[in-house]
Amino acid sequence: MSAANELNSIQRDDLRNLAAMIVPASDEYKVPGADDPAIQADMLATLGRDTAQVAQALDHLARLAGKPLASLDSARRDAVAQEFRTSGGGAAATLVRVVLQCYYRDDRVLRSLGLELRAPFPQGYTLEQGDWSVLDPVKASPPNLRRAT
Amino acid sequence: MNDPVDVLIIGAGASGAAVAWSLADTRMHILCLDQGGWMNSSDYPSTGRDWEAKFYGDWSTSPNIRGRPEDYPVNDDNSPIKVVNFNGVGGSTVMYTAHWPRLHPSDFKVRTLDGVADDWPIDYDALTPFFEENDRMMGVSGLSGDPRSPLTHPPMPPQPLGLSGPVIGRAMNKLGWHWWPSDTTVATMDYEGRARCINLGHCTPACAQGAKASTDITYWPHAIRAGVELKTHCRVREITTNEDGMASGVIYYDKDGVEQFQPAEVVIIACNGVGTPRLLLNSVSGRFPNGLANSSGLVGKNLMFHPYAQIYGFVKEPTDSNRAPPTCLWSKEFYDTDLSRGFVRGYGIQFGRGAGPVFEAVASEQKGILPWGADHHRVFRRLNGHRIGVSAICEDLPEEHNRVTLDPVLKDGHGIPAPKIDYTISENSARMMDHGLARGREILEAAGATDICINNPIPWGGWHLLGTARMGTDPARSVVNEWGRSHDVKNLFIVDGSIFVTSGGVNPTSTIQAVALYIADQMKQRLANLFD
Repeated sequence: MSAANELNSIQRDDLRNLAAMIVPASDEYKVPGADDPAIQADMLATLGRDTAQVAQALDHLARLAGKPLASLDSARRDAVAQEFRTSGGGAAATLVRVVLQCYYRDDRVLRSLGLELRAPFPQGYTLEQGDWSVLDPVKASPPNLRRAT
Repeated sequence: MNDPVDVLIIGAGASGAAVAWSLADTRMHILCLDQGGWMNSSDYPSTGRDWEAKFYGDWSTSPNIRGRPEDYPVNDDNSPIKVVNFNGVGGSTVMYTAHWPRLHPSDFKVRTLDGVADDWPIDYDALTPFFEENDRMMGVSGLSGDPRSPLTHPPMPPQPLGLSGPVIGRAMNKLGWHWWPSDTTVATMDYEGRARCINLGHCTPACAQGAKASTDITYWPHAIRAGVELKTHCRVREITTNEDGMASGVIYYDKDGVEQFQPAEVVIIACNGVGTPRLLLNSVSGRFPNGLANSSGLVGKNLMFHPYAQIYGFVKEPTDSNRAPPTCLWSKEFYDTDLSRGFVRGYGIQFGRGAGPVFEAVASEQKGILPWGADHHRVFRRLNGHRIGVSAICEDLPEEHNRVTLDPVLKDGHGIPAPKIDYTISENSARMMDHGLARGREILEAAGATDICINNPIPWGGWHLLGTARMGTDPARSVVNEWGRSHDVKNLFIVDGSIFVTSGGVNPTSTIQAVALYIADQMKQRLANLFD
């Protein structure tokens, strides 16, 4: 069992290794993997209300693996990961979501996606008007509102 | 004991704010109690880099997930659609998409036209001036002249079509189906002290710009300037009655958790289609053993949600992603009854512009279209910023077995019994949803979308809480009369969505507020004999 408010070292290791399986580093896209130390630190620092669910998911993962994820061979690790995602329920979904929500706010990742490194407010975004002529055929159609009587 | 007030309003959300503002010109002493507090826009998600992560926790639409002290839990285990809401000044207008259609005139006559459910005791024409007044007060943007919707006169121009709008519009034109820019309560220009929309991109969990209308920044400042008193962090436990069977006031817990009694001459409930029956059912007494205003036995029954059948896909063109209000277009192509479709009544369609990167990654991974491993990056770049969505908002017909009761175990932070939801999607609604998904697929395919996914229903889609204290002229078949007064308790009024007789196939907030203003107007016209 895990403490409700933090992960133990085995769980942290498994989280890091599983995160790398979900989102590995890529030279092609010049992005770190989700096991990157900064991204891992973000996960651990912001787990908050998700801690218990993530710990539960990692306990489930440990039962499936039988030993630390990193010590499994590649084929076995893939099989365990697949079984984890299939059988892990809401806890596994929470863990994956935690990995992805921290990964996709990392500066290096956002930069690679061409996204700005800022909160939406206060600058906002510009929305172009778009092609209003597309609406012309609808404007030309006759009124057709069902009568109430 | 607190000093008596003339009018006590319970709930400072969409309907409570509108009623408070309207009644203020009577110069009566009006007090509103709300279980939540004033919002602080600097706390809203879009002010931080972790804005998307907040949707899964502190800013979830689900009160059960959010779990703020202001929230009350809802046992919705026995429902495929989960209740979503927001509790605080502004209520769920703080946390809604700002989509602003009205019920159609035909929606008030479903028995006459289609032989199902019941007609409303009021009609669209009676509400027309209040729709218009409400649009001015909330500040609506849109394009007048939709050939298949009631005529509206939005005071502000419509949102831009952006990148996503033309993609959807061209697909609809290819199919020859109706579509139109949505009326929304997103300010497209500076309006009545609100700054124009700057496309923060996620209207639902509150607007840091203040461009989206929520009643804390629309009705309430006007109502308070006119003399209405609003007390926050005051959770009403029950409505009390006197020996004459009239409401005498309420018992509530103040911000310090101290039990208080507030006497009142008139009590108005504005707590939504779940909170209102919960309060009435919690207000038992020797005279009202089955809950207040419940001689019909219909308090809590006939819950209608609007099941949402959602389908979405990914086009080659870039879409607006999270850089625009999420809803911008609607369609009424399948709104009216056509029995050849296999169901009665119909649905509106609301289109979605896209999603932010975290939401896209999480949703696509859950749907199995975003893989783990080396191919993750390539696929994500194909999906992110390319989503368009179609949601059929299906008219739910009233069924008594769909209901709100009190949970025998679950309680809120003050020990007040929580609501329990028992709800099933009817065969008619299920057929409607299937039809909506099939048409949605055609729309997406006409747009060239791939990787099509569905949510049927959207599970956390119980935004619209309707029908649980229905309006009618027959006290045996309704809870309130045609102007919102309880049949049983002559100084008790209900003004929220619980009094809806049927649900229509559109977002209901515009109509909820128009009905609330109509009831306030009726009250003002009848002040001399309000309790007769």
